[in-house]
Amino acid sequence: MWCDSMGWIEIFLDGISEAFGLILSSDAEILGIAALSLKVSMIATLLGAAFGVPLGFLIASRSFYGRSLTIAVINTFMGIPPVVVGLAVYLLLSSSGPLGFLSILYTPQAMILAQTLLTFPVVCGLTVSSILALDQRLKETLQSLSAPKLWEAFILLRESRIGLITAVIAAFGAAISEVGAIMMVGGNILGYTRALTTAIMLYTNTGEFALAIALGIILLLLSFGVNLALTILQMRYRKKR
Amino acid sequence: MAYVALRSVRKRYSDKEILKGVSIDIQRGELISIVGPSGSGKTTLLRLIDGLDFPDSGEIFIDGIKLTMENAPKLRKKVGMVFQNPVLFDASVYDNVAFSLKFRGLPDDLIRQRVEAALNLVMLNDLAKRSALTLSGGEAQRVALARALVYDPELILLDEPTANLDPANVLIIEGALREANLQEKTVVLVTHNIFQAKRLANRVALLLEGEMVEVQETESFFNRPLDPRTRRFIDGDLVY
Repeated sequence: MWCDSMGWIEIFLDGISEAFGLILSSDAEILGIAALSLKVSMIATLLGAAFGVPLGFLIASRSFYGRSLTIAVINTFMGIPPVVVGLAVYLLLSSSGPLGFLSILYTPQAMILAQTLLTFPVVCGLTVSSILALDQRLKETLQSLSAPKLWEAFILLRESRIGLITAVIAAFGAAISEVGAIMMVGGNILGYTRALTTAIMLYTNTGEFALAIALGIILLLLSFGVNLALTILQMRYRKKR
Repeated sequence: MAYVALRSVRKRYSDKEILKGVSIDIQRGELISIVGPSGSGKTTLLRLIDGLDFPDSGEIFIDGIKLTMENAPKLRKKVGMVFQNPVLFDASVYDNVAFSLKFRGLPDDLIRQRVEAALNLVMLNDLAKRSALTLSGGEAQRVALARALVYDPELILLDEPTANLDPANVLIIEGALREANLQEKTVVLVTHNIFQAKRLANRVALLLEGEMVEVQETESFFNRPLDPRTRRFIDGDLVY
């Protein structure tokens, strides 16, 4: 086999040198792919947080019939395979689907929608855990000080901000690293919906390992950059006990 | 008319009856101390007056209004509560006290004035910018007192506010309570420290195993108790 004759170390080293070559030469195609990946995953993470944090807070702070079941369902969806989400969104957006009239299948919007469905349960589930982990006396103290409901929510979310940042980190990780969902609803169209993960898959299938490795390194660096920023924020907020 | 009135209040948690038909009148502007051994129902009594929990039977009146689940949030606005182990927010000392006023929508300049006055009362102005989570137990308790006093409540409920504190902190907290009482505030001080009750209270009540044994003027309570159990409690002969 080609791999055996060339040797995997050579392929790997070749990939690394090509990666830095591409990064340093600011290759327009690669930059476009990286920018799309970052844009889609960041927007999906923000949307997932915008819906997941309030819903997670409500689930954790109210008692209602079936709460444990609801939390179990959300926790299950935290680990949902991206291809299943991709399939569901594909069926929704296909021309015969209920949202077919939007005509957004094979567009970045469809990719954002699919990834939002992945990030939402992650943020929601981890928000529930963070709020449930708070000292229960906090709520009683707020009640005793006559805090209005919105203030109560603000303070409790503020108290669990480290957990909420963890939720955002996990959600972004799930989004930026997944390939199944965006492949199915984005279609991997060059210059339009090709993201880092879908490109890595394509180049691996076509035997362009060096390029695939280069994109893999860029993916890791981007992910590291975002996580570093979030971790610095998290460390700034850590309780000064 | 009593400012706080309890009528035959009963409260049970799972299989244990904590309060067994407690009745007491607390007059406006008095500093009353409720003493009793641990587990006698003192904390439960305070929680019921603050509307954090509700009696199984019996009635509680605050300023003539019957306390219900519906009107508790409104009535509680006139009440300041200091818990035995207060939970402070992960914010500065200043913000911890200011939050009580922000909840009430006061303008920033008024908030600043009142927070400074409240911190001054508990001698914590120097620590205003410190993270509240770095404070000692005594300092934390003083912040909890300041945030309960800052919104000028008519009624102040305190649950063992000086338990396990060093004399310096006890002195500051007792000074702040005397000051609050001088301003005609009604203070209910729960303590198992009879010496503190003797130092501060106008009247003292003994709660024993969920029953109100005796309520008397402080001097009479300690020198001429009516119930033999009170005498034994004062003398330290009551084993609990």
